Amino acid sequence: MKTTTPISLKKLAGRNEPYIFLVLFALCLLIEFRSGQFFSSNNLVDIASALIVPGLFAIGAFLVIISGGIDVSFPALASLSVYATTKYLLDIQYEGGIWLPIVIALAIGALLGAFNGLFIGYFRLPALIVTLGSSSVFKGIMQGALNSKQLTIIPVGMRTWGTTALFTARNPVSGLTSRMPVAFIVFLIVLGFVFFLMRYTMFGRSIYAIGGSETSAHRAGFNVIRTKVVLYIMVGMIASLAGVIRVCMMQQAHPTNMLGMEMNIIAGVVLGGTAITGGRGTLLGCMLGTLLIVIVENSLILLGIPTSWKSVFTGALIIIGTGISAYQVILMNRIKKTKHSVKEAA
Amino acid sequence: MMASRNPLQQFQQMYSKDRHLWRLIFMIVIWMLFMAITRFNKFYSMINFQTMAAQFPEFGLMSLGVMLCMITGGIDLSVVGVANLTSILMAFLLINLTSATGALPVYALPLVFLLAILLGAAFGLFNGLLVSKFHIPPILATMGSGELFTGICLAITNGNAVSKFSRTYANTINNRLFDLIPIQLIFFVIMAVVIWFLLSKTVFGTKLYLLGTSDTAARFSGLNNTRLLLQTYMLSSICAALGGMIMLANYNSARADYGTVYTLQCVLIVVLGGVSPVGGKGKISGVVLAIILLRLLETGLNRFPRISSYYISLIWGGVLILVMVLNYFTENRHPLPRDARRAK
Repeated sequence: MKTTTPISLKKLAGRNEPYIFLVLFALCLLIEFRSGQFFSSNNLVDIASALIVPGLFAIGAFLVIISGGIDVSFPALASLSVYATTKYLLDIQYEGGIWLPIVIALAIGALLGAFNGLFIGYFRLPALIVTLGSSSVFKGIMQGALNSKQLTIIPVGMRTWGTTALFTARNPVSGLTSRMPVAFIVFLIVLGFVFFLMRYTMFGRSIYAIGGSETSAHRAGFNVIRTKVVLYIMVGMIASLAGVIRVCMMQQAHPTNMLGMEMNIIAGVVLGGTAITGGRGTLLGCMLGTLLIVIVENSLILLGIPTSWKSVFTGALIIIGTGISAYQVILMNRIKKTKHSVKEAA
Repeated sequence: MMASRNPLQQFQQMYSKDRHLWRLIFMIVIWMLFMAITRFNKFYSMINFQTMAAQFPEFGLMSLGVMLCMITGGIDLSVVGVANLTSILMAFLLINLTSATGALPVYALPLVFLLAILLGAAFGLFNGLLVSKFHIPPILATMGSGELFTGICLAITNGNAVSKFSRTYANTINNRLFDLIPIQLIFFVIMAVVIWFLLSKTVFGTKLYLLGTSDTAARFSGLNNTRLLLQTYMLSSICAALGGMIMLANYNSARADYGTVYTLQCVLIVVLGGVSPVGGKGKISGVVLAIILLRLLETGLNRFPRISSYYISLIWGGVLILVMVLNYFTENRHPLPRDARRAK
C-alpha cells in the first residue's frame, strides 16, 4: 500500500488557504466576466481601501480566536475609544497632526483591552461572556456617560490625514478615480508586526499553545494569565487603531456605525481556516477570508445583484465555508484512522 | 435549640443548593425595594406591571430557545433571524387573508400560529442539520444561518416594513385575558412550562444535560446525539418563531431589522440565568428570573427621565460580569486553568 497518498492528502485537507484562494479567484473572475470592471485599477484600489478597517479588526479577532477565546466587543471598544478621543480633541480645539489622536486612542484601547484581559485572564471567565458583557458596558459608557452624538466635524489633523492619498488610481473607461489612503500603510505595518510576532517570537508561540490546550501550555511553562492579558491589551489597541482610521476615512465620528460588524469579521477569520476552538490558523488564511467577505460585500453590485441580497450571500458563504472546514476535519480523522489501521496491519 | 436553628439552616441549605438563583432573587428584591423608595407611585401600578408582562415575552421566548441550545453545549445566534423571517412570511399571509373590509377570517389566527410553528421547526431543522450532520461548530452554524435568514428577509422586503394587514391580529394578541393577563404573557408561560416539563420531568431533558456535559460520554451511553441536537435546535427555533409572532403583534408590522439587539441580549440573559456556556448546567427558573430582572431594570430606569436610557446597557453588562465574578469566587476553585471546552 502506498503511504504517500494519505500524507499528501492530509496535508491538502489540513490547509484551508488553497480552497479559499480558489474560491476568491473564481469569484473575481466571475465578477470580471459579468462586469468587466473588477480588475480595473480603481476597483482594486477601492477594495484595498475597504479592506483596511475590516482587515485590522480581523487581525485582532484572529489573535483572540487562535488563543482559544472569542471577542465580540471590538466594535464597541473601537467606537468608544475613537469617540472619546475625537470628542476630547474637539473640546481642547486640537489642531495638530495625526499622532496625538492615534496615541490617545491607543491608550484608551489598551485600557479597555486590559479590562477584557483582566476578567478573561485572571478570573478565567469564558471569553464570549466577558466580551458580550464588556461590549454592553462600552456601549453604555459611550451612549450614556458620554452622551454620544454624531460628530460631523473632526479635528483638522485627522481630516487631512484621512483624505491624504498615497496614490490615485483612475479608471480610463469610466473616468472614476479612487484614492488609496495613507492608512493602508498602517494596515500593512500592523499586518507585518503580527506576522512576525506569531511566526518568530515566544509570545506568538504561547498564543498558539494556549489555544491548543491551556493546561498543556501551563504545564509547559507558559505564563497563561500574562499572555492572555497582554493579548487582549494588544487586540484592544489594534481595534482602536482601526476605529481611528475609520473615522478619519469617513470624515465624521458616528458612534454606532461600527457596531454589528463583529459577526462578519469573525466569519471572515473562520472562513480563512482559523479553528474556532483555537490553536490552529494562519494570518494568510485570515486575510484571504476577510478579503472574500469584503469583496462579497462590495462587489455584488458589479454582478448586477441588488445590495439587499448581500446578507443572503454572506450567510451562505459562512455556512458553506465552515461546512467545508468541518468536513475537512472529518476527512482528516478518517485518514488518521486508516493510517492507524495500516500501522496495525504492518 | 433545634427549632431556632432550623429555619436558618434550611435557608442556608437552600442557598448553597442554588446560590445563583438566590443571587438573582436578591437582586430583584433589592431593585424592587429601591424602586419602592424612589418612585413608588410610578412603578407600582397595575398598568405598569401589565405593560412589562406584555413586553418581555418577545425576547423571553427567544431566550428560552437559546437556553436549550446552551444546555447541550451549543448556542443559537439565529433566533432573531428566525423570528423576523417567520413574522415577515406570516405578515404576507395575513395581508392575503385580510378582506377588503379589514377583517380576518376566523381560522386566520390559529392558521398563522400553526404555520409559524411549522416554519420555526423547519428553520430549526436546518440549524440542527448543520450542527449535527455537518459538524459545524454551533456558534458558526447559527451565526451563518442567522445572517442567511436576515438576508432572505431583506431580499423579500427590500428592507421595508410589512404592515398593511388587518389590525385584528395585533388587537387580539395585545388583548388581556379577563382584562388582567396580557395574551403575550400566556404564550411565554405556556412555552416556559412546556420546556420546564421537558427538561426536568422527561428523559429527553436528562439526555440533553448528559449531551451537554460530554457528547462523547453521551454517544457511548447509546444516545442518538444527532436526533437530540435536531430536536433541540427545532425547539429553539419554534420558540424564536413564536417570539417573532409576538413582535409582529407588538409592532403591528414586520421588518428585517427588528430586534437585532436581541441576539446578544438573549445570550446575556441565559448566562445571567446561570446556564453554563460550556453546556450541561442550567435551570429554566434562573433564566426566567434573569428575563424578569432585565425587564424590571429597564422599566425602572425609564422612570428616571433624567437618566439616559442608554445606561441600561452599561448596567446590564456590569451586572453580567459581576455575577460571573461572584460565581468565580464561590464556585470556581480550580488550581489549574480550565480546559472545559477542549474536554468535549
